[in-house]
Amino acid sequence: MSHAPTAAAAETDEEYAAAEEAHGIAVRQIGEVVMDIRNITLRFGGVTAIRDISFDIREGEIRAIIGPNGAGKSSMLNVINGFYHPQDGEIWYRGKKRGPMKPHQIARLGIARTFQNIALFKGMTTLDNIMTGRLTKMRRNMIWQALWTGPAEREEIEHRAAVEKIIDFLEIQSIRKTPVGRLPYGLQKRVELGRALAAEPTLLLLDEPMAGMNVEEKEDMCRFILDVNDEFGTTIALIEHDMGVVMDIADRVVVLDYGQKIGDGTPDEVRKNQAVIDAYLGVSHD
Amino acid sequence: MTEAVSSAANDTFPKLLRHNAQTRGKLPASREKEFGIWQSWTWAEVHEETRALALGLMTLGIEPGDRLAIIGTNRPRLYWSMVSAQMAGAVPVPVYQDSVAEELAYVLDHAGARFVLCEDQEQVDKVLSIAERLPELKHLLYLDPRGLRNYDHTTLHPFEDVQKTGRAAEGSHGAEIDRRIKATTGADTSVMLYTSGTTGKPKGVVLSHDNILLTARASAEFDGLVETDSTLAYLPMAWVGDFIFSMGQAYTTGFCVACPESAETMMHDVRELGPSYFFAPPRIFENLLTTVMIRMEDAGFLKRRAFHYFIAHARKMGEKARLGEATTGRDRFLTFLGEMLVYGPLKNMLGMSRVRIAYTAGEAIGPDLFNFFRSIGINLKQLYGQTEASVFITQHPNDAVVLETVGVPTPGVEIRIGDNGEVFYRSPGVFQEYYKNAEATADTKDPEGWVATGDAGFMDPESGQLRILDRAKDVGKLANGKLFAPKYIENKLKFFPNILEAVVFGHDRDSCMAFINIDLAAVGNWAERNNIAYASYQELAQHPRVYEMISENIAETNRSLAEDTMLSHCQITRFLVLHKELDADDGELTRTRKVRRRTIAEKFADLVDALYGGKDEIYTETEVTYEDGRKGSITATLAIRDVPTAAPAASAQPRQAA
Repeated sequence: MSHAPTAAAAETDEEYAAAEEAHGIAVRQIGEVVMDIRNITLRFGGVTAIRDISFDIREGEIRAIIGPNGAGKSSMLNVINGFYHPQDGEIWYRGKKRGPMKPHQIARLGIARTFQNIALFKGMTTLDNIMTGRLTKMRRNMIWQALWTGPAEREEIEHRAAVEKIIDFLEIQSIRKTPVGRLPYGLQKRVELGRALAAEPTLLLLDEPMAGMNVEEKEDMCRFILDVNDEFGTTIALIEHDMGVVMDIADRVVVLDYGQKIGDGTPDEVRKNQAVIDAYLGVSHD
Repeated sequence: MTEAVSSAANDTFPKLLRHNAQTRGKLPASREKEFGIWQSWTWAEVHEETRALALGLMTLGIEPGDRLAIIGTNRPRLYWSMVSAQMAGAVPVPVYQDSVAEELAYVLDHAGARFVLCEDQEQVDKVLSIAERLPELKHLLYLDPRGLRNYDHTTLHPFEDVQKTGRAAEGSHGAEIDRRIKATTGADTSVMLYTSGTTGKPKGVVLSHDNILLTARASAEFDGLVETDSTLAYLPMAWVGDFIFSMGQAYTTGFCVACPESAETMMHDVRELGPSYFFAPPRIFENLLTTVMIRMEDAGFLKRRAFHYFIAHARKMGEKARLGEATTGRDRFLTFLGEMLVYGPLKNMLGMSRVRIAYTAGEAIGPDLFNFFRSIGINLKQLYGQTEASVFITQHPNDAVVLETVGVPTPGVEIRIGDNGEVFYRSPGVFQEYYKNAEATADTKDPEGWVATGDAGFMDPESGQLRILDRAKDVGKLANGKLFAPKYIENKLKFFPNILEAVVFGHDRDSCMAFINIDLAAVGNWAERNNIAYASYQELAQHPRVYEMISENIAETNRSLAEDTMLSHCQITRFLVLHKELDADDGELTRTRKVRRRTIAEKFADLVDALYGGKDEIYTETEVTYEDGRKGSITATLAIRDVPTAAPAASAQPRQAA
C-alpha cells in the first residue's frame, strides 16, 4: 500500500513537499496578486505611524505582518481594512485602485477581519454573534425581518445553515447557545474567527489571533487558520507577535519596525535577514 | 410471539437488519445531530445505506473472514459499517479512538485488519503513521473529508464514494452478497472487541452472533425493552457494553439509537432527546449530582429550601420503602407535591423525564449517589458483566433493587461460586476465544464453558441476588478464619468526601485496622469554614479535629458493616491518618489510582506494627519522590486512634460463602 505523506511522517518541509510531489498531490496554488499596497504613508498629526511601505498579498496565501511593539502593524491592517485613510500611497485591490471607502463597503468587497481585543457582543450567544457576520449577505429589509414570514424566513434558514457549517468547522457545537461573555478567552477568539468567516470573505485579516492564548489554544488556532486557508481557499493576512507561529504557518512574511519595512520574504529568508534579527534582538552598542 | 418464531431465522445482524427493515421499516433506527438539527434514519433507510456500503466494500475486494477496523466516536455510519462488514462475511473490530498510534499499531496488526474505517483526519493520520508496520492493510476509508482533500487517494476512500460505487454494483455483486448473508449463521464470529489492556497487552475477545444476540435478547426481554424505546450511544464503540446496548439490544428489539453531536454536548443532547433507556458509569451520575448541587447553591432562597425539603422527603420515602413500612396520606401528598415542584423539573433538567430503565456498572457506586437518583424517581439499577460474557451476567430486576447486590442472573446465565469465593459463570454469551491466544483462552474458560470472573462474591440468601465483594486475589482471611474483603471496606470509607484513599489491613490478623488519606480539597475547605489554621498537609492531617471527624466517619462505616451478615466482623478497630498522600510516583498507587496493597504494607511496615502493637503515636520517616524525580524524605509523628465498633445486627448470623 502506498501512502500519501503526512505531516507526522515527513521530517522537514522540503521532505514533505517532495513526498507530495512524488504522489502527484495538488500542491497548494498561490495565485495572482490580489492586493497591492504601494508606498503607503500614514500620519497622525506629527507622528508618522507608517512610512512609505509597499508589499503585496497573493491569492490563496497566508501573509504575515510582524514586528515589535509600535512597529505599525495594526495601523497597517487598519489601512488595508479601509478604516484609516493614508495620506500618501495607493491600494490596488483586484486590479482596481481603491479610493477612500467606508468599512461596510470594504466588507462588501469580501474583506473580513478579527480584532486584537475581542469585539464580540458579550450578552449574545455564540450562534447570534456568528449570525451578525451574515449581515452583509441579508437581502430583506428590516420590516420583512420583523414580520419574519415567507422570503425573510427562508433567507434566515439559509443563513442559519451557513452559520451551522461554521460552528461545525470550528468545533464549537457545545457553546452554540452560550452567551460569549461567559466563555474563556481562547474560545471567544474562536467565535470571533467564526463571525469573520460568516461573511464568506475572500481576504481575511486577523489581528493577533493567538494573543494571550496558551500553547494548546494556539495550536488549535493554527490548525483552524490552516484549515480555513485550505478548505475555503481564503487568502489570509495576519498580524502576530509569536514568531514561532508565524514561521510555521505563513507563506510570506513582511517585517515592520518603527513604521518602516525592514524585511519581506519567505519565513526562511526573513529569519536570516540581519535587519530583522537586530530589530527583534536589539543591537549592542559597545 | 412472532419475534420468537422469527428469531431462529434471524440469527445474525444482517438478517435481523433485513427483518427490521421489513417489519418496522418506518420506525426510526438511528439519530444524529448534525449542523444543529437532529437527523434520523428509519430501519428501511439504514438497511439501504448499510447494504450500499457492503457492496462498495465488495468492489474493493473484501473477502469473508477479513477484518474491518473502525476507529471513531459514536456515529451512526460507523455503527452501520459494522453490519456492512458482516454482510460481506467480514468481521468488524471497533477500536478505542483515543488510543495512541503505538496501541493502535498493536491492535490493528494483531487483528490483521485489511480494511480500516476512520472517522476523520486525526484517525487517518494516526493509521498512516503506522501503515509501514501493517502489511495486511489494503484500504483506508474515512467519514469526514475535512483536511483530507489533498491526500493521495489510491488506497484512501471517502465513505460516501464507497457507498456510491456500492449502489452502482448492486447488479454485479448483489447476488453474491445475498449468498454471503445467507451463508453466515449464529455460530460465526460477529465482532472482535479488544480489552482495554490495563494489565498487559490488549486481548481480542471473539464473540459470535449467537453470543451477542442471545444475550441481548434475554436481557432486553428481562427489562421489557420494546421498539419504541430509545437510547443515547456515547460510550466508546470499542467497549462491549456499547456494542450490546447500541447494536445487540437495538437490533433485537428495534429501538432507536441516537448519537450525540460531540462529546462535549452530551448533556444537552440527553435533554433534547429524553431517552427511555440509559447507561452511565457511576462517575457520570456523580458529575450530574455535583452539577445539580452547585446550581442549587446558586439558586434563590425559596427554590433552595423547596429542593432540600423535598429531597429529604424523597430519601425518607426511599428508606420507608426499603424497610417495607406503610406510607401515610400526608407522605403521599408530599410526594405528589414534590413531583410537581422538584422531582419532575429536576428530571427534565437532567434529560431523564422519560427514563424507564437506567443502568450503572463498572465500579462501586456510593449509597448517597444511588439513593438520590432512585429517590427522585429514576429507575437506576446495577448490572454485573464482562466483555467475555457479552456483558450480562447479573442485573437488577425492576422490583428488587438493592444497593449492595448486583442483581439476579440474566436468563440463561448459570452462576457457581468457587471454593475460594470466586464467581464463575456459564452462559450463551460466553466468548469463543481470545484471538490468537489459545493459552489465555484455556486459562479463563474451562472445557465445560465455565468462566472465571476474578471477582469474589456470593449469592445473598435473603434476596437471591449476587453480591460482589472484592477482586478474588485481594480477599483474605482474618486470624479467626473469617472472610476479609479489604477493597469493599475501603470503598465504603472512600464514599465519605473527607477520605481520599484508605488502606485496610486484616489478613491473618485479629481485627481490621486502617490507614486513611484525607482529601485535601474537602478537608481544607472544611478547615477554612471552621477557622482551623494549618500550614501544611501534614499538619492538617494530624489535627485533632480532623481525627475526630475521620473517627466519626469510620464509626459510621462500622455501623453499616455491623448490619452486614457477611462482613460484620470486618469492622475497623484502630486507624491513623497518613502524613503524605499516596502517590503513583512513589509506587503506592497504580497509574489508574488503585491501591498497591503489598507495597504499602512493606513501605509502612513500622506504621502497621504500631497499629497492631497498641501504641498511641508513632514517629516515622518516609522517602518521597518529587515530580521532577528528585528524592527527599519527610518525618512526622502520627497519632493512632481507637474506634468504637458496633454490635452485629440481631439477625446477623455468620454465614460462609455458599
